[in-house]
Amino acid sequence: MRFANIIKVALRALRRSAMRSILTALGIIIGVAAVIAMVSIGNGAKSQVEASIASLGQNIISVFPGSMTSGGMRGGWGSASTLTVEDALAIQREVAGVANLSPEMRDRSQVLANGLNWNTSVLGEDISYLDIRLWSLADGEMFTEADVRSGTKVCVIGKTVATQLFPDSDPIGQNIRVRNIPFKIVGVLTPKGFNYFGSDQDDVMIIPYTSFLKRLARRPNLNSILVQASSPDIMARVQQDITDLLQQRRNGREPDFTVRNQQELAEAATATTKTMTVLLGAIAGVSLIVGGIGIMNIMLVSVTERTREIGIRLAVGAHGRDVLTQFLVEAIILSVMGGALGVLLGVGASQLVSKLNGWPVLVSTTAIFGAVAFSAAIGVFFGFYPARKAAQLDPIEALRYE
Amino acid sequence: MSSVVQLEEIHKIYDSGEVPVHAVRGVTLTIGAGEFVAVMGASGSGKSTMMNLLGCLDRPTKGRYLLGGTDVSALNRNALADLRNQKLGFVFQGFNLLSRTTARENVELPMLYGRRHFSSKEVHERAMHSLDIVGLSNRADHFPSQLSGGQQQRVAIARALINEPQILLADEPTGNLDSKTSIEIMGVFQKLNEQGITIVMVTHELDIAHYCKRNLIMRDGRLVSDVQVQNRLVATTEMKRILDAEAAAKLTA
Repeated sequence: MRFANIIKVALRALRRSAMRSILTALGIIIGVAAVIAMVSIGNGAKSQVEASIASLGQNIISVFPGSMTSGGMRGGWGSASTLTVEDALAIQREVAGVANLSPEMRDRSQVLANGLNWNTSVLGEDISYLDIRLWSLADGEMFTEADVRSGTKVCVIGKTVATQLFPDSDPIGQNIRVRNIPFKIVGVLTPKGFNYFGSDQDDVMIIPYTSFLKRLARRPNLNSILVQASSPDIMARVQQDITDLLQQRRNGREPDFTVRNQQELAEAATATTKTMTVLLGAIAGVSLIVGGIGIMNIMLVSVTERTREIGIRLAVGAHGRDVLTQFLVEAIILSVMGGALGVLLGVGASQLVSKLNGWPVLVSTTAIFGAVAFSAAIGVFFGFYPARKAAQLDPIEALRYE
Repeated sequence: MSSVVQLEEIHKIYDSGEVPVHAVRGVTLTIGAGEFVAVMGASGSGKSTMMNLLGCLDRPTKGRYLLGGTDVSALNRNALADLRNQKLGFVFQGFNLLSRTTARENVELPMLYGRRHFSSKEVHERAMHSLDIVGLSNRADHFPSQLSGGQQQRVAIARALINEPQILLADEPTGNLDSKTSIEIMGVFQKLNEQGITIVMVTHELDIAHYCKRNLIMRDGRLVSDVQVQNRLVATTEMKRILDAEAAAKLTA
């Protein structure tokens, strides 16, 4: 039988029980829509996390001091505080592929200005810090290399600090006091918002690391060294070179530092959302399978109802294969139409979710093609058994069927 | 006269139930081209089984069946389907038309399953020609539910004719029809037979059998009688007599 005829016969059979066809396809429609909506929402979440990670800066390698054991009690990473400015300068000098570098010191401190006080993070950084973090100034300017060299009492402050201490005046040029030492505000940073870990990135006050060492630090050690590699491809090599260099500088002593790669962090974070996406998709996929069972059920009913028709077709010379194709095509049409409508519904639902909840939603074409292909496969898989049952009917029995 | 059907010691035993049923017990029969045969018998005599065997819907358990000179007793399912499609035409008691398809599409059905592919124009033309033979070309676009029983049976006959079969097989073709419509259908068969088509039909009505040329009677799976019909009825004459009687009844009423 010609393919056009098969399609015609199948469509006619589906139209004959239109309500039933729609209800049957509904299982697939909902399944496909659920898969697409879930995957879109999951992908949206993933892209948001990626963006948030990217806002920390690109190609970043962090060097932290190692742990320290005192009296049998082992401290965590950073407890050793054995990184020095010399270490940072050595990395800058000797490791190839370092685009930017900033020795870091940090402390939480009560700061006063304008008759108000606020508890914030005080960071000691080099001037390249803003480049590394892809941060810019909203107002004023960054302290200069000369400030770093001589340890001047200047600072730039984050948006949060600015609004807390200077609710209705311009902070530029004013003094802010940390432990009674006045720092002159030369710039206000653009707001960066909360980071992936939920802390306010704008609640910060940045001073030259030299000033931090000279005026605020209790010990001459760095909290970390922030290194930016010039390209993502050399991250691993740079990381290894830093490790080797620092190890060499320690003359064979136990390593008291650790070198971390931001990519590891990014991978860990996206892995979580990836797992979530797969999980949501899988749950929705189960509903697709349930929809497939619905199709199988209805096709079995249809084969029974149309036993006589099958008998007539067999009697006038249809091969078993002709009957099989006919019922299989019917099942596939049901499931593919369901799939197509499901795509529309799924895309619509994702858009609605993004409108109502403000979640970022990323409709993936892979999910769309995957869902449609999967629903066609479901049609073949669940349509095959009823179709084969029809094809194997005995023409005499089928003709006699009432 | 060349033989179209040749049965040699045909047996059919159904093994599906608890006790094997020996439905046909050694039938030997030759049907020539252009014959018009009625197979009669009480229910359970094996005449339906005979019909299924003749129609290649079923295979004999034992014996040989030559259809147009070729042995078909051991062919597989698909080969039998092709035979039914090309060499045989079926007419059933219950018409067996597809209800949601028009008369013409019903007639086209066997052509769609042929191993040869025709253009849709060709299929269409041959269906209309077939309908023309049974005098229903003006009802081509009607659905079966819009046709009378006699008309439906004529559509079924047109369907049986479309692939120009060697034999037309009819299983109680008048069983669901009143006597006047039955005569009308027998008239169609007689006309086809005159054009040279071999017809084998099953019936249990003796008067219907009298429109045929040869009568076979089966009992307990065996052929017990095989006679040429004397005083054969002619459908056109009978129809005229009935119409005259009706007219007379109207006059006297």
